[in-house]
Amino acid sequence: MSVRTLPLLFLNLGGEMLYVLDQRLRAQNIPGDKARKDEWTEVDRKRVLNDIISTMFNRKFMEELFKPQDLYSKKALRTVYDRLAHASIMRLNQASMDKLYDLMTMAFKYQVLLCPRPKDVLLVTFNHLDSIKGFIQDSPTILHQVDETSRQLTEIYGNLSAGEFQMIRQTLLTFFQDLHIRVSTFLKDKVQNSNGRFVLPVSGPVPWGTEVPGVIRLFNDKGEEVKKTEFKHGGNYVAAQKEGSFELYGDRVLKLGTNMYSVNRPVETHMSTTSKNLASRTQENIAPNPLAKEELNFLARLMGGMEIKKMSGPEPGFRLNLFTTDEEEEHAALSRPEELSYEVINIQATQDQQRNEELARIMGEFEITEQPEITEQSTSKGDDLLAMMDRL
Amino acid sequence: MYRRERSILLRGSAAALSNNLSVLQLPDRDLRHFGVVHGPSAQILSSAPEGVPLAQRQLQVKVGVGVSPPLITQVHWCVFPFRVLLVLTSHQRIQMYESDGSLMVYWHALDSGDSSSGTWSGRILVFDIPAKGPNIVLSEELAGHQTPITDIATERAQGQDGVADMVTADDSGVLCVWRSGTTFTLLTRIPGFGVPCPSVQLWQGIVAAGYGNGQVRLYDATTGTLHVQISAHARTICALDLAPEVGKLLSAAEDTFVHIWKLNRNPESGSIEVEHYHGECISDTQLCGARFCDPSGSSFAVTGYDLAEILRFSSV
Repeated sequence: MSVRTLPLLFLNLGGEMLYVLDQRLRAQNIPGDKARKDEWTEVDRKRVLNDIISTMFNRKFMEELFKPQDLYSKKALRTVYDRLAHASIMRLNQASMDKLYDLMTMAFKYQVLLCPRPKDVLLVTFNHLDSIKGFIQDSPTILHQVDETSRQLTEIYGNLSAGEFQMIRQTLLTFFQDLHIRVSTFLKDKVQNSNGRFVLPVSGPVPWGTEVPGVIRLFNDKGEEVKKTEFKHGGNYVAAQKEGSFELYGDRVLKLGTNMYSVNRPVETHMSTTSKNLASRTQENIAPNPLAKEELNFLARLMGGMEIKKMSGPEPGFRLNLFTTDEEEEHAALSRPEELSYEVINIQATQDQQRNEELARIMGEFEITEQPEITEQSTSKGDDLLAMMDRL
Repeated sequence: MYRRERSILLRGSAAALSNNLSVLQLPDRDLRHFGVVHGPSAQILSSAPEGVPLAQRQLQVKVGVGVSPPLITQVHWCVFPFRVLLVLTSHQRIQMYESDGSLMVYWHALDSGDSSSGTWSGRILVFDIPAKGPNIVLSEELAGHQTPITDIATERAQGQDGVADMVTADDSGVLCVWRSGTTFTLLTRIPGFGVPCPSVQLWQGIVAAGYGNGQVRLYDATTGTLHVQISAHARTICALDLAPEVGKLLSAAEDTFVHIWKLNRNPESGSIEVEHYHGECISDTQLCGARFCDPSGSSFAVTGYDLAEILRFSSV
């Protein structure tokens, strides 16, 4: 398995997370002058995205991320995204966070599977980064952070061999193995079947560097081609037109990794799994200790690099619902199948006392608990936003 | 020419590895053993020819208490004249079992220095296997590759008893052809061309190699000359297999297709010829393993990433 996979996994999942949050915030967007005190505005949306993106691309965090290391469990990675999603005034209930993570993982799984060449996962990453730069156009500091990460990506991955990219691809696919959550956009666009499997087309352009299948060439002792015959391959492929650009700016050609959400396409996930296959539950769900020691170390290092702004006073933040109504969100929380539970980490349950304390310290006031309903808040949303902006 | 038979259900889905299906044919007992890697475990099962599963077993790499088992990279049967061993590999260990996986007879730890740096050295380890018992000894380490080894194929050298030819392939597409003797000698080295070679086969002095760009190439094993180049698939090839009695070659790829080719050595010119024999599309399945189930190639089986079954086909 490749030790260079984590940055690609993290950045692409992070990109998908931002697409979903952006879409939901826009969907709940109210024009600034008409907004009630508890409703989202355009300013709020930009603020949330700015906060998350600047936390994601923080230099210390990126340094930890880019160190050669194995991929950690889905559980450990989910903890990082929980923290990231709460890097701003936005709050998500467990059900919404679960749905967000489902959408992120299925989208990137789809993109990895459909990549024509293993190396194209780098183009997918650049597509995500290009879009992220679009979200923070007005913030030159954060823009610079993202560009720095792009440069680091090019430096590390630009010269990897095809074999190393194939290993990265296999490592990613192992991470996504047995995930078959159905996503309504994918079902509607017919890129996912009703059993949760993705459609693998057998037509269209071949990958850059591959020939259209169907030709047999025969050579003599001197290496000269002496005969050429054809055979029926069965697919309907055409030659590739051009190669995507791996530069800081350029035409990526590949559409995978670009933003597929828009305001008018709310995204639902269907929670049914197709089989109650015992073995498809990964080892980690059965282990009594939720996190292995190495994973705790990893989390401590990674999140130690995340500089999360402390919330001022008792302000719990403003809730974003990924479902259409609060009732739907509640229902989703109650009806989530056992085998799809992410079992969000309860730090107190770990046995390693020293790690426990260090991790608890880093986590600070961060809590993944239910938030009170917005209608119960007494403070003025506008005042707090202004106060926060003054402190920038 | 081939029709789909009843699938064999697996306990766990197949992992996205190359060569992720191993078959042990036991014609005198009317049985077949199948081996598939799921992830941290490999599943071994035996079935009667109609595909009815008879017994199954799950194997893992042994580790210390409280540590989760590592990912398995390959499960494969090695057939010797006097015994059959089942080999399980991971990045830290090689474990060898009796052919049904019931008893581990030997294990070997690989250099941890290789694993932690994330590169594998490309060394080939040669073990001496006694006719019986666990007295397996590492006898040689062959250097010939600089990148991780992807596949190994062997066949008895033509006209010589006790001597085998071997071809090894690696992640950079380099192929090495060896002759065994008191030690292995490198006969020829075939350079790569920028893509990995995940799978390789050897038949009557012909090296068949499947590449990451979907090509199948056939070389003369003694000279290393390229004789045939097939644009066989639109994605990387994940497995090749041979039916030695008839010279049929099976290729499977991540493009969802399986193709069967008929190889032939022209008796006058000595050149290698090939023709396409059969193609099959396994919809929406990124294949990861494929094997013939009998030496005449009248039946074959495939596995796919995320698929918890072995698909079977037999000729009509």
